[in-house]
Amino acid sequence: MELIPGRERHILHTDGGSAVDMDCNKSSIAGSVSQRACVFCGSRVVLYPIADAIHLVHGPIGCAAYTWDIRGALSSGPQLHRSSFSTDLQELDVVYGGEKKLEAALLYLIGKLHPKAAFVYSTCIIGIIGDDVDAVCRRVAQQAGVPVLPVNSEGFKGTKRDGYRAACDALSRLVGTEEPGDVGPCALNILGDFNLAGETWIIRDYFRRIGIEVVACITGDARISDICRAHGAKLNLVQCSGSMVHLAEEMRRKYGIPFKRVSFFGLEDMAAALYDAAKFFAVPALLDSAQALVRGEIDSIMPQIKEYRAKLAGKRAAVYVGGAFKAFSLIRALRLLGMQTVVVGSQTGDKEDYRRLQQMSDPGTIIVDDANPLELARFCLEKNVDLFIGGVKERPIAHKMGIGFCDHNHERKVPLAGFVGMLNFAREVYSSVASPVWKLTPRLAERTEAAS
Amino acid sequence: MKALEDIAATPVTQNACKLCSPLGACLAFRGVEGCIPFLHGSQGCATYIRRYLISHFREPMDIAASNFHEESAVFGGANIFREGMRNVLRQYRPKMIGAATTCLAETIGEDMARLLADFHQATPAHPPIVQVSTASYRGTHIDGFHSAVRALIEQLAEGGAPQDRICLFPGMVSAADIRLLKEICSDFGFQYTLLPDYSETMDGETWTKPEKLPQGGTPMDAIRLAGRSRAAVEFGPTLEFQPTAGSVLAERFGVSRHLLGLPIGLKETDRFFAVLRLLSGRDTPEKYLRQRGRLLDAYVDGHKYVFAKQAIVYGEEDLVIGLTAFLCEIGVTPVLCASGGHSRHFEACLRRVVPELPEETRVRENCDFSEMEGDAAPLSPDFLIGSSKGYALSRKLRVPLIRVGFPIHDRIGGQRVHHLGYWGAQELFDRLVNALLERTQTLSSVGYSYL
Repeated sequence: MELIPGRERHILHTDGGSAVDMDCNKSSIAGSVSQRACVFCGSRVVLYPIADAIHLVHGPIGCAAYTWDIRGALSSGPQLHRSSFSTDLQELDVVYGGEKKLEAALLYLIGKLHPKAAFVYSTCIIGIIGDDVDAVCRRVAQQAGVPVLPVNSEGFKGTKRDGYRAACDALSRLVGTEEPGDVGPCALNILGDFNLAGETWIIRDYFRRIGIEVVACITGDARISDICRAHGAKLNLVQCSGSMVHLAEEMRRKYGIPFKRVSFFGLEDMAAALYDAAKFFAVPALLDSAQALVRGEIDSIMPQIKEYRAKLAGKRAAVYVGGAFKAFSLIRALRLLGMQTVVVGSQTGDKEDYRRLQQMSDPGTIIVDDANPLELARFCLEKNVDLFIGGVKERPIAHKMGIGFCDHNHERKVPLAGFVGMLNFAREVYSSVASPVWKLTPRLAERTEAAS
Repeated sequence: MKALEDIAATPVTQNACKLCSPLGACLAFRGVEGCIPFLHGSQGCATYIRRYLISHFREPMDIAASNFHEESAVFGGANIFREGMRNVLRQYRPKMIGAATTCLAETIGEDMARLLADFHQATPAHPPIVQVSTASYRGTHIDGFHSAVRALIEQLAEGGAPQDRICLFPGMVSAADIRLLKEICSDFGFQYTLLPDYSETMDGETWTKPEKLPQGGTPMDAIRLAGRSRAAVEFGPTLEFQPTAGSVLAERFGVSRHLLGLPIGLKETDRFFAVLRLLSGRDTPEKYLRQRGRLLDAYVDGHKYVFAKQAIVYGEEDLVIGLTAFLCEIGVTPVLCASGGHSRHFEACLRRVVPELPEETRVRENCDFSEMEGDAAPLSPDFLIGSSKGYALSRKLRVPLIRVGFPIHDRIGGQRVHHLGYWGAQELFDRLVNALLERTQTLSSVGYSYL
């Protein structure tokens, strides 16, 4: 397969030498069939789980329709986030402007659904037709008495990372607008966990058990008022590459709240996150109980993990995810299962992410930034992988080639974070790899035939 | 006017019963052999549409994008269009590119004809590029679909000595429906052009070797020959009021156009077969007479389970018309027929095709699921029939959802659901009756084992 010119430096075959800079964090090449989405997507995924706000997409119908109930982000209460609202702009609106329609839509929805806030996402054409979304939001907020936050997420104005930033800007306007109230001395916020399949609840429970208070999880099972009070916390734990670092930086600047980057995937990373938090508060009892919790949790799952490891050892995996930070955790988690990651890539990694991937990958690993389906298919075959970990768009690539697939993206229904998540992950991987159907698919059938 | 008042009443679309027009165009282009869809717009449009189609078909669905950024949005997308085209040709080596626009490209006034002319001048030897304008603020996914089919005919069909050939434009039906229609055409002995044909490209086999573009699709030659056909059969009563592939063939090449309803249920399938008999000069093959016989026999056996049951039907306008015809002929009472489409002819077409539809039946176009929900409770429906998007409503109403159409993303095999012909009606009837029986059984305290 011929690579598109300009793609060469986005791809690297590690050789065990020192890490080098890769091309990344750039707009996708035209015609490359990138697996990435757009600025709007970045904003939408980050804010989506806020369950007591309405999320109004300002533009023609597509963007709202494609993001209706799209993530498995659970809420313990309101379910407003699972509806899709659109100003559904028509040709005349494009000619005469959509401000009136936007204002009417906001007033109607706020009157009908009584949300605690409204987010207004600008789609591609909003800037072009010149709607003053900020002004409409200000007017409606004043009239309706709830925060109405414009999200500058025009699809073409950058990459998904810029969408994260726009979402963080909107969140940043909420933080600090309510009194923090009765917040204890050992209190933190979790940023960048989205409560997929209830993962936030698992993580919150760990912190509760070791004696650390969670003020807000942004945005997993989040409520507007938690976000408004989040400045009462003493520490921000930032999960997920990039999506929330901007908010953490803003909160550090405005409120002097430090942040630590963590991951809740895999045993090592989960334990490190708890220890980091416990150490931060410098209360010895916290670290003791964190250690006790980690020991107890690991002891309870290790026997089963070992069983899976015995069955999975030596299998080879390809990992292609949105943010590179998740890839780090996945490489480690797969190692725990005795598996080797031989292809790894991300949509939005930066130079530092890719250096780190090079350092932690075995020689011979293919590292790729902003890949497309043809490249991914080629690398999987070249490296003869048994498993592909990615999102829905990658699934058919794997399946068509007779490769097991594990969804580690928005649509997962089984929690993969935390200690119990590691066990679920092992089960997912095993059920992806061990199915007898692969032996029937042409690629493996041929291999089996050749071997016999 | 009813529909327009409704817009004023709810100035926002809540849980839409429609998708944007580029999605329909991408699917239609996918039904041409060796064709890759290309969107002139932001990267997100291509990715969202890919993801959406993959969730239904569970098949690879590569769509290229020119990937607008700020500079191209200000100064125009000529450069990224050219670069995108070159890269797609280099990577995929397609036999054709289907280029559709997005709302961004349309809003900044991209002149596709000029972009193509320029590209052609700079790159003389390239496979055909068919372009279609699909601004998402104009129409819905079904309009994008029909526009792309029309564009294929407008830009590729050629005239010449008439051939003994028919064209069939079935609209946005399932992959299994397309296979069924091909079988019917073959059994009648037709040379035919069925467009688009994604029966293999969107329901393919596991690869023996990597494929850049899936096998199958309407061959380019068959599209070229469309202009020399004797007749064109097109499904979709609401298409009467707009230019379509069929009307283009009629106007340009004098092809006789037969506009029919989607052949769903016995009576509408009879109408389709009558046209096939007329065009072929042959009798209905024995096989289909037997299918029809078994279908009728099943109607008789199952009539009590469905009689006077109340249904909410939703989806694309022409699909709803077909489903309503089927429901009425088996004794179900549709209480609400709704569509996110907005042809302004929905109710008139529906009542023309299904004259027995009760006067009281609510018919709504430009309708979303929030409005359907508002209507639904007092109508106390026994079941819903439509895409997976009605699941939340069916759950709220605690009634079964018979999944048909697109998208079906909470079950496997959406692309293999049959809707058309006697065979499709048989499957729909069995599924419907069984869903109602299962509900009776579940709700019963007795736990009947014979029903």
